[in-house]
Amino acid sequence: MQSAALRFAALFTIVFVLASVVLVSVLWWATTGALDRQVAAAIRADTVALTERFREAGVAGLREAIGERMALDILNEAIYLLMDQAGTRLAGNLESWPAIANTEGSFSRARISHDGIPADARFMRSDLPGALRLLVGRDESERLQLRLILTEGVVWSLGAAVLIAVMGAALIRQALERRLEPTYRTAMGIAGGELTHRVPISSRGDEFDRLGLGMNAMLDRIEALMQGVRGVSDAIAHDLRTPIARARNKLEESLATAAGEEEWRAAVEQGIADLDGVSRIFAALLRIAEAEAGARRAAFDTLDLSELLTDAADVYQAVAEARDQRLETALPATLPMVGDRDLILQAVANLLDNAVKFTPEGGLVQLAASRLSNGMVEIVVTDSGPGLGWEDQLRAGERFFRADQSRNTPGSGLGLSLVRAVAQLHGGTLRLADAHPGAEPPGLAAHVILACGK
Amino acid sequence: MRILLVEDDVEVARFVKKGLQEAAHTVEHAANGRDGLFLAASEQFDLLVLDRMLPGGVDGVRLVETLRGQGNRTPVLFLSALGAVDERVRGLKAGGDDYLVKPFAFAELLARVEALARRPSVDAPATRLRVADLELDLLSRTVMRAGKKIDVQPREFRLLEHLMRHAGQVVTRTMLLEKVWDYHFDPQTNVIDVHVSRLRQKLDRGFDQPLIHTVRNAGYMIRAEP
Repeated sequence: MQSAALRFAALFTIVFVLASVVLVSVLWWATTGALDRQVAAAIRADTVALTERFREAGVAGLREAIGERMALDILNEAIYLLMDQAGTRLAGNLESWPAIANTEGSFSRARISHDGIPADARFMRSDLPGALRLLVGRDESERLQLRLILTEGVVWSLGAAVLIAVMGAALIRQALERRLEPTYRTAMGIAGGELTHRVPISSRGDEFDRLGLGMNAMLDRIEALMQGVRGVSDAIAHDLRTPIARARNKLEESLATAAGEEEWRAAVEQGIADLDGVSRIFAALLRIAEAEAGARRAAFDTLDLSELLTDAADVYQAVAEARDQRLETALPATLPMVGDRDLILQAVANLLDNAVKFTPEGGLVQLAASRLSNGMVEIVVTDSGPGLGWEDQLRAGERFFRADQSRNTPGSGLGLSLVRAVAQLHGGTLRLADAHPGAEPPGLAAHVILACGK
Repeated sequence: MRILLVEDDVEVARFVKKGLQEAAHTVEHAANGRDGLFLAASEQFDLLVLDRMLPGGVDGVRLVETLRGQGNRTPVLFLSALGAVDERVRGLKAGGDDYLVKPFAFAELLARVEALARRPSVDAPATRLRVADLELDLLSRTVMRAGKKIDVQPREFRLLEHLMRHAGQVVTRTMLLEKVWDYHFDPQTNVIDVHVSRLRQKLDRGFDQPLIHTVRNAGYMIRAEP
């Protein structure tokens, strides 16, 4: 059974037929069984009453009672026979004693001749004192007829139930296959490399739609990851080649022109420094890819953001002071959240690095954090540097993007990319704005918003 | 010092072995995990330098886990191209004592090797560190030089403590970042230089003999002799 739809349909058929069988059996037992029991009860009651009468009024009374009963029997169903030891009929409407009725107190069935017509009857024998034998019975012909009709009805309805079950099963199978077909086609498309395929979603919002939505979310994620990988390979292709080429050129040049120990040494040292620069860029790219892939989410832990920022400020306080800048902090006493300590620390360090780098001597760098009304936390790093034009503010965070005025300061252009990736990893965003709108210089404010939960 | 180097890359192995030998250490080399484990388990070493990814069915992590399982406490320095935070954590959890990511500067490796081999013993924790006339009291957390108290911030105290625990040894910037600040990345600005120069100003102001020395292309060292 390769088809799950077929299996569901088969299961449905079995359950439906079973239910029908139970229903019909109960019905059958309740009708024909009740008829049977009714006859038995009537015979037993008659016998008891007649025996009672015999005890009170003797044989004469009994014959009289039988006569009365036969007279009152409008439906002509009752069968009586009273015989003495010699086999003479004393009363009753039966010609002869049926051969089968030989044990006392038990029911038996036989085909008898009732008023000259052959009929199916059920009777009970009871022996009375004085070697008398009493037979009380009922003609069951009509009941048997009724039972036949009922049986026929039961068989027909069972047949109909099986038919309906099979049809229902076929419908279920068809419906399942129809609902699953688009999902299957999408999956095959994806497997074939068409990553843009998505499962069509109906407006019903049922289980299949939920499955489809889940699959689509998964596919979106896969596509984002693929783009991330592509982004990294692009970055490696474009921007690692440049520093490698630069280093190579320098080494080649010194190989050709360097004269003397001193120059050789300088060239080699420069080569090593260039290579170190390349590995730093490489490490930064990998870190960004790591954050973007979301793989680090497993390493999330509870942390106090205030403590973390105090630490970072402590590190950069000294750097700012060495440049005659002030670093001010505005942090709440505690700011618990769930996140990746290392990555948040590096993101904040990158922002402070930038702020300190672009703020002139005597300038002011501010680090603030607070909980927003929607429960997220916001980290704001403000500087009093030249700021960025709004177009550059939007572009900052793209890999290797560097605003024109920063071309001459050292840096890889990856700092904000990492900040943005870390913010996204924590379900948040990075936004840049003027720190002091309207003022000259406007300064830059980096707002990092992070979700607190996992 | 007797060091076991387990590294499959011939060039890296040659470079590290030569460098360590020049620094007056004895180096045994194994090119795969199985041989490395055999040597490490059967002979006495002061330090193991291990690559993470090794041929021979036993990688660096397995090797350390096996050794630690046998009660072997020889210090282990991982030398690996696997640089992600998770990988570092995995290496340290398995029983590694330090983790250095390739590519590395030899000075960095040497500094870490010597720091590991001369780790302060845990059995007798010192309460007082002393270099020349500089004294650090770990209980009252005070710094005195020539009997004069010097005010330092808590972080500067930890920086100084780390330098003094490794007095006479080179301590690199990355080591300080990791051990004093718990930073596992490279900030663009030379934050360590700024902090060290502040500490140096506090310690050396009014004294002729500087104690914290800069070691070119490597890091810092605190020592009594100039």
